Amino acid sequence: MGEKRVRTGRYFMMGNVACAEGALAAGCEFAAGYPITPATEIANHLAEKLPQVGGAFFQMEDEISSIAAVIGASWAGKKAMTVTSGPGISLMLENIGFAIGVETPCVIVNVQRGAPTTGMPTIGIQGDMVQAKHGSHGDYEIIALCPSSPQEMFDHTVIAFNYAEKYRTPVFLLSDAFVGHMREEVVIPEAEKIETVCRNIPEPGTDPLKMKGFLDEDVAPMPIFGKGFKAHVTSSCHDEYGKRNLIDISALDKFVRRLSNKILKHKEEITLVERDYEDAEIVLVSYGGVSRAAAAAASQARKRGIPVGTLRLITVWPFPGEEIEKMARRAKQVIVLENNLGQVYPYIKAEAAHFAEVSFLPPRLVGEIQDPEDILRKIEEVSK
Amino acid sequence: MNELVHPYHRFIRPTVTHTTFCPGCGDGTVAQSILRAIDGLGMDMDDFVFVSGIGCAAWIPSPLFNADVLHTTHGRPIAFAFGIKMGLPDKKVMVVSGDGDLVAIGGNHLIQNARRNIEMVVLCVNNGIYGMTGGQAAPTTPMGVKTTTTPYGAFENFFEDISGLVIAAGASFVARWTTAHPRQLTASIKKAIQKKGFAFIEVISQCPVQFGRKMGMGNAIQMLEDYKKRSISIKEAKKLSPEELKDRMVVGEFVDLDKPEMVEEVTRMIRRASGEAQEAVDTGRG
Repeated sequence: MGEKRVRTGRYFMMGNVACAEGALAAGCEFAAGYPITPATEIANHLAEKLPQVGGAFFQMEDEISSIAAVIGASWAGKKAMTVTSGPGISLMLENIGFAIGVETPCVIVNVQRGAPTTGMPTIGIQGDMVQAKHGSHGDYEIIALCPSSPQEMFDHTVIAFNYAEKYRTPVFLLSDAFVGHMREEVVIPEAEKIETVCRNIPEPGTDPLKMKGFLDEDVAPMPIFGKGFKAHVTSSCHDEYGKRNLIDISALDKFVRRLSNKILKHKEEITLVERDYEDAEIVLVSYGGVSRAAAAAASQARKRGIPVGTLRLITVWPFPGEEIEKMARRAKQVIVLENNLGQVYPYIKAEAAHFAEVSFLPPRLVGEIQDPEDILRKIEEVSK
Repeated sequence: MNELVHPYHRFIRPTVTHTTFCPGCGDGTVAQSILRAIDGLGMDMDDFVFVSGIGCAAWIPSPLFNADVLHTTHGRPIAFAFGIKMGLPDKKVMVVSGDGDLVAIGGNHLIQNARRNIEMVVLCVNNGIYGMTGGQAAPTTPMGVKTTTTPYGAFENFFEDISGLVIAAGASFVARWTTAHPRQLTASIKKAIQKKGFAFIEVISQCPVQFGRKMGMGNAIQMLEDYKKRSISIKEAKKLSPEELKDRMVVGEFVDLDKPEMVEEVTRMIRRASGEAQEAVDTGRG
């Protein structure tokens, strides 16, 4: 099965196709979605390839049912994903909260596009960054990865599935139209070199009355359907056994805190960043496609003798505040770069401003990744 | 002395000590009809996955039934059930929810999955009102009825025939009964469970607290007597004119046909696709 799922080799590949290949390599068995630019290539590729390995892609009636079907399939024991763009995420948000509430592993790919509303479908922006963290109602933590290349569309999709399975949670892949439609070299390793994780499930024959299938900060084994666990899975406030409790505030407190702590407790092992700020006085902080411009600008600045470094957030959520602080303690100036009007900037500033001057450089036009020349000008401005 | 135990107690989740239904609610009748059908077919709760949405009827399987149960968001149980059925094609998937959940907020999932003719049982408990939230008008609330959101009387046209909608969408089994027909309902649920296809059963059910009182229909017993009086079998109804059928409730099994079922079609597609993939590898085209 592994060989059929993993197309080992060196390719010139579109980011969206690499994402679909990553899903196959990670063991995805079920995908559901609704057509939307600029994510369609992922769905198209999965629709072709999944049946060849015994799975299937289903085109649902809307994005609400897409994420619902994905959650259902996950409870049926399948590795499952959905692919969409911002308008689709907006429709999915209630059920994403559901997935968090009943601890359902699944992967949600958002190939972000010009927004708000219908916006500009083929233009990449990073407009849905905070939506992923706060879009559904209530307090919760989420995991979100930000690929910056077709290669990472493959790699991060595998990581997203592994995190989803390990922490029993939805995991976002926050790509955008630029990275999704970018064509570059993608190297797919041999199947045995790709680490894949599968969720823990209770021992067969576990007494359903004694089974704690929820609200464990160290991730409860998932009482998936069809195994005789008689799982009671409700998005109502519930206890460790899945039993509904709608009257006791301390039950609600446990419900909210434990779900969040399940992610926060493992933040260090979840967090992925790329640090290149040794001896730098000015650090460019970015993520996704923008980090390519940041790296180019930093390299040119260093050639001009300005000590510029970079910090790239690969996981934007849970927010890697400790990494920001660690970086800011060594820097004098922090420049935040995003392809939006400053969505993650306030979070970065809150952690960094105590130690360094923090500023934000928006793209000249929203939907246009910062020109390295513009970044250089900003660097020169703050270095004076 | 032996303790007296209800024969279907074994189907009830051991941690459940009481129901949340109001006195006189029809949900108890529906719950028992489902369990009688399962028992009558000699099946076990582990043969099923139950899915429900939001509303009183959704609390029939969650938490009463001692089985795998997914209690979902409002209006979406059929969409969740789709994923469960595709993941566990050998299990029976049954959705139990109300008219507000399945026909108002979740209407499109009902239509689209009836069209797909995916094998599942959808039991729609139609009480003509939003009970849990305090008696608001539903798409099934008759015109003129005063509810908490229509204090001057409901002014929208309403769904008189949900079953007709599901038939038009393409379901392979559709029946309607009232809670005054528990035996017929049980028999139809048995058929629905065995049906290879989308099986929809509408149960007109009394909500004496939020509906009966406001309609002036009285208590549960009076409502059930009204159902008995107004209901007419599909066979008899065919002999009557639309005028004569005004205010009548047509009950019975409306549709029971064989047509392509989605899970089987998907299985066939996968077999074809994976076979082709194998062939491509064999011939070096992969």
